[in-house]
Amino acid sequence: MSDPVLSVRDLHVRFGSKRGVAHVVRGVSYDLHAGETLALVGESGSGKSVSTLALTKLIPMPPGRIDGEVHFGGRELVAMSEAELRSIRGNDIGFVFQDPMTSLNPVHPIGRQLTEGMRHHLGLSASAARDRAVELLSLVGIPDAANRLDAYPHQFSGGMRQRVVIAIGLSCEPKVLIADEATTALDVTTQAQIVDLVERLQEELGLAVVWITHDLGVVAGIADRVMVMYAGEIVEEADVDDLYGSPRHPYTVGLLGSLPVLGADEPGELTTIHGLPPDPTAMPPGCAFHPRCEFRDDDRCRDEHPPLRDADDAGDGHRVRSFYEVPADVREAASTSSQVAEAPPNAGDPLPAEASEGDR
Amino acid sequence: MSATEATADDRPVVDEHRSQWRQTWSILVSNRMALFGLVVLGLLVVAALLGELLAPHGANAQGFEFYAAPSLDHPFGTDNLGRDVFSRVLIGARTSLQVGAVSVGISLVAGTLLGLVAGYRGGWLDAVLMRSMDVLFAFPIVLLAIAIVAVLGPSITNAMIAIGVAFTPIFARVVRGSVLSVREEVFVRAVRSLGASDVRIVLRHILPNVAAPIIVQTSLSFAFAILTEAALSFLGVGVQPPTPAWGLMLQEGRGVIDLAWWMGLFPGLAIFLTVMAFNVVGDGLRDALDPKQRSIIESRGQGVDA
Repeated sequence: MSDPVLSVRDLHVRFGSKRGVAHVVRGVSYDLHAGETLALVGESGSGKSVSTLALTKLIPMPPGRIDGEVHFGGRELVAMSEAELRSIRGNDIGFVFQDPMTSLNPVHPIGRQLTEGMRHHLGLSASAARDRAVELLSLVGIPDAANRLDAYPHQFSGGMRQRVVIAIGLSCEPKVLIADEATTALDVTTQAQIVDLVERLQEELGLAVVWITHDLGVVAGIADRVMVMYAGEIVEEADVDDLYGSPRHPYTVGLLGSLPVLGADEPGELTTIHGLPPDPTAMPPGCAFHPRCEFRDDDRCRDEHPPLRDADDAGDGHRVRSFYEVPADVREAASTSSQVAEAPPNAGDPLPAEASEGDR
Repeated sequence: MSATEATADDRPVVDEHRSQWRQTWSILVSNRMALFGLVVLGLLVVAALLGELLAPHGANAQGFEFYAAPSLDHPFGTDNLGRDVFSRVLIGARTSLQVGAVSVGISLVAGTLLGLVAGYRGGWLDAVLMRSMDVLFAFPIVLLAIAIVAVLGPSITNAMIAIGVAFTPIFARVVRGSVLSVREEVFVRAVRSLGASDVRIVLRHILPNVAAPIIVQTSLSFAFAILTEAALSFLGVGVQPPTPAWGLMLQEGRGVIDLAWWMGLFPGLAIFLTVMAFNVVGDGLRDALDPKQRSIIESRGQGVDA
């Protein structure tokens, strides 16, 4: 495979808080290649958003602190100055945020918001930027684009706004697009359209995408590779088919097992993962998942932190952070129950573990 | 109501922004009190601009009977030096509006800048700036203005500076509070993720979103500024005689209120009307710019979404 466009090594993010230091991203490493879609899944608070915001230092610092290395285009971003980073943000690494209702500025017409980055990064004239804005809006499927440039965000529906947001994210032709829950706020039809759109653009522009979501259905539909995050670490990493076909980490098994089965003969009770994720200010010394784990054989994982190792007899690059092997029959059950892998990308449900959000 | 019913595709959407302001305006004038305030303010502006031309006599033209009671010749009577009170009240509008405009202008610019910086930067800078504002705010405004004038010397310019400084914390607080909430909006993060600099984010993306409370505060502060100027002039540390100023005239009339009530009454009424006009316009603006109020009006048969 070619050199990765983005290479993250041992990324840590810590936030100083009144209750102590919250270690929310704990040693995340991965490579992202051109044209590839990497899905980052995990429940709220697992550090998936923060780990990507930290790539171009978009988290508030202080109280945040970023350690590790992020290599992009032969440059290291973590040590880079704010001014240099500004030339990368939007230009080389684009973002699409979750909520289309709030990610556009209500007081500016969308054309102005769309051309802002292009004029800044690409040095386009006002009219050239406007022409390109029309192209972009047509590209993301907004009809009558030329006349819509002067419309305000409130004049668009949620799905249309998200298209505008994506157009803004793509405006400077970034090499990496980070889509942070880009479809979560949308209804399933719109969701599917947006997913299709991003896939098409990826083919046309050779864009690498990091797709952050807790919707395993979307993941199955769009991703090449999946990283499951739990408590700030990658607990499992695999090609999408490997992950759904043969999940190895107890957490992943639990996630997939907790999805409803489409077309099951008799609707059984959904399994749940009991317990809550650990407090980021007081991480257990061993495996972060061990209090909730059903597959631990001994107390080793309570004190000893499991490394991310290659999974036994699994596909290439299937790595898992666990000392134990989940029994094959349980794996089997989880993977068959996740027919979501074959279902259309919009059929999945949010992680049930999301329900724990309110308790925290 | 500018109907946007037919908005979607057949109407160019370009004038939507203007229609937002037009909508604000139509909400404002549909409020009877605010409309009254606007009329009074309109008359005041005319008086301030054309006072000398409109006034039957010069501001300091003497030679009339002293302490003449209101009559057709002198509707507001004459004062202790035989000057026409009506002319002086009319011409005095300029002083009041000028003081209002300049001092509110000072506090608007300074307070908005401080509030933007404090709210956006946060942290120790916010703490230092806002605590200094609190210190300023802790003094009664008139007392603070007197102290500043005492240092700089009594004159209308210094009165304006003093009022401007004394009002700065109000703007700083209002702006900072709004910035704190706007700063957390996703679009600010989105703009940052596009590579925008802090200055650009603050001036182009945050400032327009905090405009509504600033506009309302400006209108209300105008009233207070005029009142404060009157108080300072009354106390002799503001506008100096013989310039016609309402506060000063009130003070001159105070000693002779049983002899010539009109010397105090009419400038006092002028202050009252002006302050009230600014207040009701401010209240009206607050309602008109309030998104909840707007949505009630928008929902009266307007398609918002295209």
